[in-house]
Amino acid sequence: MEKSLNWYEFVITRLIKASGYSAILFVALIFFFLVREGLPTFVDTSLTSLLSIRWYPIEEHYGILPLLTGSLIVTIGAGLVAVPFGIGTAVYISEIAPRWMREILKPLVELLGGLPSVVLGFLGFLVLAPFLRTFLNLPTGLTALTGSLLLGGIAVPTIVSVAEDALDAVPRAYREGAWALGATRWQTIWRVTFPAARSGILTGVMLGVGRAIGETMTVMMVTGNAPVLATKLGSLFSPVRTMTATIAAEMGEVASGSTHYHVLFFIGMVLFLISLGVNVAASSVVFRTKKRAERILS
Amino acid sequence: MNRLIILIVLSIILLAACSSNTTETNSTAAAYIENKGSDTIVNLALAWAEKYQSDHPEVRISVTGGGSGTGIASLVNGTVDIANASRQIKNEEIKNAKSNGVEPVEHIIARDAIAVIVNPENSVSQLTLKQISDIYSGKISNWSEVGGEDRPIVRLSRETNSGTHVYFLETVLRLGNSEDKTLFSMDTLLLPSSEGIIAEIRQNPNAIGYDGLGYVPKDLKMIAIAAEEGGAYVLPSIATVNDKSYAIARDLYMYTDGEPTGIVKEYLTWILAPEAQEIVAELGFVPAALTPSPSP
Repeated sequence: MEKSLNWYEFVITRLIKASGYSAILFVALIFFFLVREGLPTFVDTSLTSLLSIRWYPIEEHYGILPLLTGSLIVTIGAGLVAVPFGIGTAVYISEIAPRWMREILKPLVELLGGLPSVVLGFLGFLVLAPFLRTFLNLPTGLTALTGSLLLGGIAVPTIVSVAEDALDAVPRAYREGAWALGATRWQTIWRVTFPAARSGILTGVMLGVGRAIGETMTVMMVTGNAPVLATKLGSLFSPVRTMTATIAAEMGEVASGSTHYHVLFFIGMVLFLISLGVNVAASSVVFRTKKRAERILS
Repeated sequence: MNRLIILIVLSIILLAACSSNTTETNSTAAAYIENKGSDTIVNLALAWAEKYQSDHPEVRISVTGGGSGTGIASLVNGTVDIANASRQIKNEEIKNAKSNGVEPVEHIIARDAIAVIVNPENSVSQLTLKQISDIYSGKISNWSEVGGEDRPIVRLSRETNSGTHVYFLETVLRLGNSEDKTLFSMDTLLLPSSEGIIAEIRQNPNAIGYDGLGYVPKDLKMIAIAAEEGGAYVLPSIATVNDKSYAIARDLYMYTDGEPTGIVKEYLTWILAPEAQEIVAELGFVPAALTPSPSP
């Protein structure tokens, strides 16, 4: 009996260890695959072609700049919507709302997070886009703004959920200390609770924005997919084509091993590097704030 | 442990079910038709093949796309029984075929017409082919330039991987001139589906789009098109497509090596029969109804 238990333990520890390492392995394998399929782009086509402003792959125009700016403008728009709204909701749920309100709000937000993005895209296409067209008097409602609003909606539950947990984890003694010093509720939230939970909130924002930049189905349905270089703020009100939508729309029909195929994987590589960049930047900020907090506490 | 056993048993049953299925169809298939070519036709050919196989379980039909050129090349090399093409066979392809001892025979199996559609609120109801070309290439960006209200034009198109997109580019934007390198205006909205185009036009009076004639719902307005300036404006319909007066239409072909015989002949005869031509209409093409069926 004892022996078999040990044998079980041995297997289970190894399994847990392996699943821990597997994340690293998977990321490495994905990156390896992307590089292997994406790097031949530089053999097939020139850098000047990649940096041109025309994306029309069936006639050998492979300028990825419009796609890059399209993704950026939609993501920035989504961030502008989701960050204030998400953090506000998290603060309200965690700090202000009475208990019964909290019990209702939290599951509702989580339900919102579970909505399939294609459903949101469908609603956006049939309801939000026509509304924005008439409300803002635009030529068409299929714009970067529509995508931003919906992506914001997709990112909000992630941000709320993580940020609320972080705010909740701030020890009650912090708040009581602030109140004892005569701080108002707002001062306590803004000067004490919020800074104490900063790293958790930042993680939430990062995860939310990460979801927004990688989101495909919704943006493909509502942004119009016109590969126009977005150079100014006004581009928010015109159609754009994002990197994810391009891959999704074109990968199905592309001949394996063709230039177009390699360029699509190259776009995937760029996406991967962007999310890696966002992650590294965010964790370095989290790391720095932690050190500062430790210094203050010591 | 019990669960594991159940899982294993289940998967064995599933595997057995799968393999028994495939062997069954393999063993009963007596005749085999290889069908390859145009990506425009591939869905239609697949639908036909599926229907035909379910009615005639002894026949197996394999359908692949790859493009009209690929299909005809395979016919010339003798690797397929039927080649699908959305264009007529070229003279050099006939020459190649003859030197290979292959005699390509043409069968018109359906017609493909593209309707240009706008919102019913739009006062424009007729355009010349050249005007549509200028609209899509970006030379015309306001409806007032073609006799409509002062509204911006929102151009809608299918994604670049759609056969309809390429056909529209070649026939309308470039007016059939293969030297022409005109492209779609950069701000053309590329929508992933026909439904997307229809839904956007339904609610947006600025929009113009195109789609297979069979897909256009009744509540949208089709544009009457004149092939040349001063020519007659013709609305797309099954009649105008079949009498060739509508400009954006083409025949869809199947080619066989010599007059078809045996099982291939039966299949092609079935394709031109009303039952199969109904599927043509369902998939948004125009039935080749007025074509006299090939002499028996």
